Amino acid sequence: MTDYSLAELVIVACAQAWKDDGEVMATGIGPLPRLGTALAKVQYNPALQVTDGECYYGDEPVPPGRRAGPVVFEGYANYDSVFSALWGGRRHAMVGPVQFDRYGQANISVIGDHQKPKSAMLGARGFPGNSITHPNSFFFPNHNTRALIAGEVDFVCMAGYNPARYLNGKPPKGLDLRLIVTNLCVMDFGGPDHQIRVVSLHPGVTFEEVQENTGFPLARIAEEIPTTPAPTAEQLALIARFDPNNVRATVFKDNPPGVRS
Amino acid sequence: MSQSPQSPQAPKPLDKRMSAADVVAQLRDGMTIGIGGWATRRKPMALVREILKSDLKDLTVVSYGGPDVGMLCAAGKVKKLVFAFVSLDHYPLEPHFRAARQAGAIEVLEVDEGLFHWGLRAAAMDLPFLPTRIGIGTDLLTQKGFEFKMVKSPYADGEELVAMPAIRLDVALIHAQQSDEKGNLLVTSPDPLFDELFARAAPVCYASVDRIVTTAELDIEKNARFALVERARITGMVHAPYGAHPTSSAPEYHLDLKHLKTYVDSAASPGAWAEYRKSFVDVPAQDYLANVGGADVIDALPRPVY
Repeated sequence: MTDYSLAELVIVACAQAWKDDGEVMATGIGPLPRLGTALAKVQYNPALQVTDGECYYGDEPVPPGRRAGPVVFEGYANYDSVFSALWGGRRHAMVGPVQFDRYGQANISVIGDHQKPKSAMLGARGFPGNSITHPNSFFFPNHNTRALIAGEVDFVCMAGYNPARYLNGKPPKGLDLRLIVTNLCVMDFGGPDHQIRVVSLHPGVTFEEVQENTGFPLARIAEEIPTTPAPTAEQLALIARFDPNNVRATVFKDNPPGVRS
Repeated sequence: MSQSPQSPQAPKPLDKRMSAADVVAQLRDGMTIGIGGWATRRKPMALVREILKSDLKDLTVVSYGGPDVGMLCAAGKVKKLVFAFVSLDHYPLEPHFRAARQAGAIEVLEVDEGLFHWGLRAAAMDLPFLPTRIGIGTDLLTQKGFEFKMVKSPYADGEELVAMPAIRLDVALIHAQQSDEKGNLLVTSPDPLFDELFARAAPVCYASVDRIVTTAELDIEKNARFALVERARITGMVHAPYGAHPTSSAPEYHLDLKHLKTYVDSAASPGAWAEYRKSFVDVPAQDYLANVGGADVIDALPRPVY
């Protein structure tokens, strides 16, 4: 059996998000989702457009961190163009909210009261527009009840499947929430009425452990929940190629193995 | 209408150069000031520092926020902030902005990055609002302090949309790499960002520029794509070499991560902020440059990776 880290397992799980997207802009915020876009592009979907995180599309995925040599770029991704592209819907982003709730509503703005927050974070950034114009997926490095919370998030930056906030009884046009990858499992919105459900468990993780660390009730894809597929030797080689600085080893404390000991 | 009598002398050639102090002398308490750039990219920091030195107060600041917003908050200049984020990119959370927010010291209107663009666009077009779906389903629309209105499409679809109000500025402050004396600006950065919209959303726009060159040296036929906006929208330019520091004015000079760390550390205590001010704010421009290490050090800053 091949040895692999939890980070590498997560990258492969993230990559599945863009597998069948066709020719869209793939944005992964944070090293693991970003490497997920790289793997998706080289292994599944070469039509994907990926950026350097600044303002160009890379011909090949651009590694996170220091660059060994010059990069070949294929296009211009200045903010004005990116706004236009995302409003047109041809983008699929994977983002890492601070708070997330049962509806898929996400928060990166404030903890506590909006006018005098306990913790002021980034602000809503592009989350509100992203959430209603193109598909979105999510990554949580720490699957716990502070991130995946009971009740609603303190400030809804991304719209979710919350009927109480629907206009005229319908979900916002363009709302399309896809995959949730965490350090424990992979989930989607495929339960009844978009209920979040566990679709695979990382090796050694139980459904009970996931539920215990989630602030809302989860559905399950089947009585026997599959195990998140291990990276293949080819995938591990590709990941190493697109992460020469080994940034992936810094995401989880002590860079644990993919299979719990 | 009859022609005015011929002046005995030729009219003075257009020259909009002015000092940072001249710019700040034009500003008033309570104004709405738009600041161009984006987080740590091409912020008119020399002008922001000049505001810090002044008695101006109760400003409404409109910015894709970086250290510009943080410094103005730390100096108590901000009454209200219109923003989608405030971030130092490599230090994602802006400490002075956080402190001001967490103290409840500033009013805010929080919008999405695209809504922000849309609000400037509406102001630039002299429209009261522009319709959009952005905000639907989120707390942007329910936040206290501003009541967003909806508008119904008058066409067959009848869709209900958010009416994003125009973000009208009293003045815009931006930074460019080059200008001639007339205000023909070149922004040669990889991304011009939304500075054109800032200039158009305000009746008055001042630019700090790294270099003032002759009109011929702009080489417009070659550089037309870098021309930001027709010069009628530029009220005045301040020659401010390295005027965007510690933010980037790529490709001329890059983000100063080391200085940014010093700036972040200045939020640790009122004393730390006072120290920072003493070295990097309450000093003449040439001393600022020396205190941050000098031109050679800034010229040698590596291109950051995002």
